[in-house]
Amino acid sequence: MKLEKIIRQRKADKDILLMTHIVLGYPSFEINREVIKQMVDNGVDCIEMQIPFSEPMADGPVILKANQDSLTRGTTIEDCLNFGAEMCSTHEIPFLYMTYYNIIYKYGEERFLDQAAEAGIRGLILPDLPPEEGAHLCKSAKQRDIAPIMIYSPTSTVERMQELSGHGAGFIYCTARKGVTGSHSDLDTEFKNYLSRCRQATSLPLAVGFGIQNRSDIEALIGAADMGVVGSQTIKLVDEQGSAAVGPFISRLRGTS
Amino acid sequence: MSTKKYFGNWGGSFIPEALHETFRQLDIAYRQIRNDPAFWEEYMSLMSTYSCRPTPLTYAENLSNHFGGAQIYIKREDLNHTGAHKANNVMGQGLLVKRMGKTRVIAETGAGQHGIATATMAAKFGFECTVYMGEEDVQRQRPNVFWMEKMGTTVVPVKDGSKTLKDAINEAFRDWVTNMDTTHYVFGTACGPAPFPEMVSWLQSIIGQEAAEQIVRQHGKLPTRIYACVGGGSNSLGIFQRFLDEEQTELVGVEAGGHGLDSGQHAARLCGDDASAGVAQGYKTMFLQNDDGQMLDTHSVSAGLDYIGVSPILADLWEKKAVRFEAATDDEVIEALDLTMRMEGIIPALESAHAFVQAFKEASEMAKDEAIIINMSGRGDKDIFTIAHAYGDPSWKEFIIDRAEQYRK
Repeated sequence: MKLEKIIRQRKADKDILLMTHIVLGYPSFEINREVIKQMVDNGVDCIEMQIPFSEPMADGPVILKANQDSLTRGTTIEDCLNFGAEMCSTHEIPFLYMTYYNIIYKYGEERFLDQAAEAGIRGLILPDLPPEEGAHLCKSAKQRDIAPIMIYSPTSTVERMQELSGHGAGFIYCTARKGVTGSHSDLDTEFKNYLSRCRQATSLPLAVGFGIQNRSDIEALIGAADMGVVGSQTIKLVDEQGSAAVGPFISRLRGTS
Repeated sequence: MSTKKYFGNWGGSFIPEALHETFRQLDIAYRQIRNDPAFWEEYMSLMSTYSCRPTPLTYAENLSNHFGGAQIYIKREDLNHTGAHKANNVMGQGLLVKRMGKTRVIAETGAGQHGIATATMAAKFGFECTVYMGEEDVQRQRPNVFWMEKMGTTVVPVKDGSKTLKDAINEAFRDWVTNMDTTHYVFGTACGPAPFPEMVSWLQSIIGQEAAEQIVRQHGKLPTRIYACVGGGSNSLGIFQRFLDEEQTELVGVEAGGHGLDSGQHAARLCGDDASAGVAQGYKTMFLQNDDGQMLDTHSVSAGLDYIGVSPILADLWEKKAVRFEAATDDEVIEALDLTMRMEGIIPALESAHAFVQAFKEASEMAKDEAIIINMSGRGDKDIFTIAHAYGDPSWKEFIIDRAEQYRK
């Protein structure tokens, strides 16, 4: 099933969906496995698995360090693809890969997409691949029912958003603010105006990420977006309190505890 | 007309969406200055009054006699204000920033020369300035850090990754993606996303324009070969571009051979077999990376050449065989530096000394009526700590120990 359809079905009986993020191989694949299980058990709707890259230009300190530590531990792309396949066959929810373009370029676009499709991966987030450079990859991904996720920024004009929407599928990832991942975002009036511009520009579901850290951030998105994305916050949590803290945290975000 | 994004198979603009609009505006501003003769006039006037353009072309008579072959000429970019070719690019971008109405500049720096040049420009034009510098380079180039701070620049040591130039570039992009409304990223070399490779090469092309006139005036004809060191590629492109269509002139780029091309500890992208095509830091080029696409740690005695990628324009010229690429090892560099200081009283930067190495290897096999030009991209006195350490100079060590003792009291 296509990612957009899955999102819409899940959204039918929830006021907001939740996507979480992990860095593959950080702190280890064993911990990734435990964390993902807790996320799924506590009602996460979608998970992006980041394949680490040595130059993660769009990431802030927390995810940057996780990328580096994972690579230092020897994580390879083969390890990541095997783990991704295992997660897709273990859990019902949709899984996405997030990485930087060089990983796919070096591996071979077709080869990467074939393996991802076979594993059951539903989408792909590449923050350094604008459609001007990645039109072919977007098309090849769509042909395999892998959604190329386009990213909107508060700096994007409405024309630009419309253009991006045409290349994308699944949902649109709206960054809540300028900058990199990690620090908290003010979900103020300006932000609401930005989200309504996003809404105007595309018919795809809207996910909002960058600095979404707690239940009140998620509540602020209800009605304005379809999905909230929590990234750096769970990595910090696992660093500080271990994987067992993830379940209760997700449950609080969902507003079910 | 829009900016050329690709040079053959190389270049492009692989940027996060948040910077899309910033790059669109930068491209428009760049097109405007490129097509405005008044800009170039203003630039030339600034460079001849604030810096020392035209820089001289020095005939190295003693070295020429020593090798007994080609007549050796040295293009003296070290005599630019701040001591390197970097000022050419930075002052040009400074004028651009004024036109764009931004108030803050950021830069990455490896050897510190680009950082110094940017700090100088920011002081002169009244911009706020932050320079990102790999922690390892902060150690290697402490005097440059001192001067940047004295000129009012904030120097941020980057502790991620290999703690060198590439990590400083990533960090500068992270700043820019947050502060693009007020801030221009003064990219230091002919790499990165379009329009930087083209814009930086254009601002550096002044080197070759001057050199072509000077060599004809002093030697009577164009040179047989031109040698330039290649880190990102801005000094080499600066001197090469003017000669690309001159059939009698061969262009030779010299990369950092570090401990040798077989050692795995070098920064040679275009000569040697360790690099492969990739996309990072916003552009496509030949990168030193592993099979998974993870960038490798590079090594060079010179911080300015210690970089994983190379200008997409040079990658294209390499592929088309329009430029020959060679490598010089750390040991060869110290030897060439030593010879140049003793015979000519000139101190090339460790980066520039790579070009001297290859010129010295080839000069004696050439005829006496032939001329070669070595692009001396910068001066070496900034490297005093590294060079003195490489020599193991006993009196220098004694001085450092004594000074440290004094500070301890």
